[in-house]
Amino acid sequence: MKKTFSGPAIFLDRSDINTDEIIPAKYLTEVTKEALRPYILEDLKLEGFDPHGKKLKQAQVVITRANFGCGSSREHAPWVFEVNGIHTIIAESYARIFRQNMFNGGMLAIELPREELDRLFAMQQEGEVVIKVDLQGQQLSASAGGHSELFRFDISPFDKALVQAGGWVDFADARY
Amino acid sequence: MGKNIAEKIFDAHLRDEPFPGTKVLDLDRVLCHEITTPVAIADLLWRGKDRVFDNTKIKAVIDHVTPAKDSKTALQAKMLRDWARRHEIVDFFDVGRNGVCHALFPEKGYIRPGFTVIMGDSHTCTHGAFGAFAAGVGTTDLEVGILKGVCAFREPKTIRINLQGRLAPGVYAKDAILFVIGQLGVNGATDRVIEFRGPIVDAMSMESRMTLCNMAIEAGGTSGICLPDQITVEYLWPFICADYASQEAAVSDFRRWHSDPDASYERVLDFDLSSLEPQVTYGFKPDCVKAVRELAGTAVDQIYIGTCTNGRIEDLRVAAEILKGRKISESVRGIVSPATPKIFSQAMEEGLMQVFMDAGFCVTNPTCGACLGMSNGVLAEGEVCASTSNRNFNGRMGKGGMVHLMSPATAAATAITGVITDPRQI
Ligand code: SF4
Repeated sequence: MKKTFSGPAIFLDRSDINTDEIIPAKYLTEVTKEALRPYILEDLKLEGFDPHGKKLKQAQVVITRANFGCGSSREHAPWVFEVNGIHTIIAESYARIFRQNMFNGGMLAIELPREELDRLFAMQQEGEVVIKVDLQGQQLSASAGGHSELFRFDISPFDKALVQAGGWVDFADARY
Repeated sequence: MGKNIAEKIFDAHLRDEPFPGTKVLDLDRVLCHEITTPVAIADLLWRGKDRVFDNTKIKAVIDHVTPAKDSKTALQAKMLRDWARRHEIVDFFDVGRNGVCHALFPEKGYIRPGFTVIMGDSHTCTHGAFGAFAAGVGTTDLEVGILKGVCAFREPKTIRINLQGRLAPGVYAKDAILFVIGQLGVNGATDRVIEFRGPIVDAMSMESRMTLCNMAIEAGGTSGICLPDQITVEYLWPFICADYASQEAAVSDFRRWHSDPDASYERVLDFDLSSLEPQVTYGFKPDCVKAVRELAGTAVDQIYIGTCTNGRIEDLRVAAEILKGRKISESVRGIVSPATPKIFSQAMEEGLMQVFMDAGFCVTNPTCGACLGMSNGVLAEGEVCASTSNRNFNGRMGKGGMVHLMSPATAAATAITGVITDPRQI
């Protein structure tokens, strides 16, 4: 499946959002990714956030704070984003396993410093924020209300290679 | 410059460094359970790569929901079972022989000092108690581990934590690790190995060291790790006695993994725990930790003793000691899940099961479904559980439920009174 790293963003303004909030354990009995789709962020309690709302439905990028995806190793957490058309997350930091799971599935977990995230969060005032990622150039543009800003980001060569290979299975299978 | 234990294990297992700082390691153990493995199996089938790299290094268990509670969990178990049979995974544990993965696999002697271990389960860090590098991974890493026997990690950075002093009576490894997580924060060790050192760790049994390492992930840690010593060798002796002339020989062989005196660490933290009191969590993050005293009197609905953190024999002994000759409060229900069949039968032999049953506890088979809100003790909306598990996320044990993490002693004391209670008061 072709992944897109650009599109409208949804903002989750809290640190330490954990994997149980992203996809509750009771759905881990599903054996296909597709079956997870309706349950995305079901248990996340956050002011102004509605897991069944239009904003989440339209979003293709999630912007959040520090230590995103902490807790369980369940890859169901990135998958539930994937099957909802969200292939990019922008955060201050991630839990190790969640971050690795994103890249292992050929998805993009971008890290930005807090001040730059603050600027991104502030852009919500101007209207819907749309993100465009340029992976090669390691930069992203955010636009809202006719104004746009550019942010540079670091990505390790390994993570970049995983995104380009479409994930770790293909990368590893070709190499080992 | 010397090396620490994690660096030594990385060096000894390095298969490839595709990019600077990315280490692809050969794996000694790939552990599997029925919740995260079936999706990996399905993907391998779909890719036409239904193979395993080494059927003796892969170990598998059905442990989270067992016996199956419904058609979906029956299918997950069946997928794992069929796959294990197809690939002749000798060490596969099904109903009747199964137990909580992070208690069962060490008990079978599968984890040795210097090993690299992965599992599709975040609490795989438990196995670092044996001086192994043991990391929880997602399904894709697990899938590649099954197929190729390798896993990629960033260059390890280690936080060394020295636990100084001596734990007071009534204070256990669980209290120590809750305190440490409270100090580090849930993000304090992200992408780091935590090396546990100091006289408190040296004095701990393997069970206690497993409790300690089990919760490294709750501070974000990749693996907890302890240095292998005489206590490690005694635990492993039935499995390694053919390989060594004496226990001393084994201890000195394992010493090669020890961190060098001049090894470097990203941070070194000293905690003197001599005056530590029993600890308990409040709220929905494992770093929200207070002394039990501060939460004393908080009413609970359910007591849960078990899990990969505290479902081992010494935990059951401690709890039973407190419960002996007493009844649990009418206002609570008590559930105890011995973590493995061996622990279960040992507890029966020692009369602990009778103590639990006389006190009014329900004894379940070895499983951990309640811990993550899947089976055998799920909470209702608004209910509160005093639990010996490791995670208190909102809704973890059931939507709308709340969990207080604590030691088996505190859980037993709380069962008797029905409100959070310092075990030293009973
Ligand atoms: S006891 Fe809890 S934390 Fe441990 S493996 Fe089972 S569900 Fe996971």
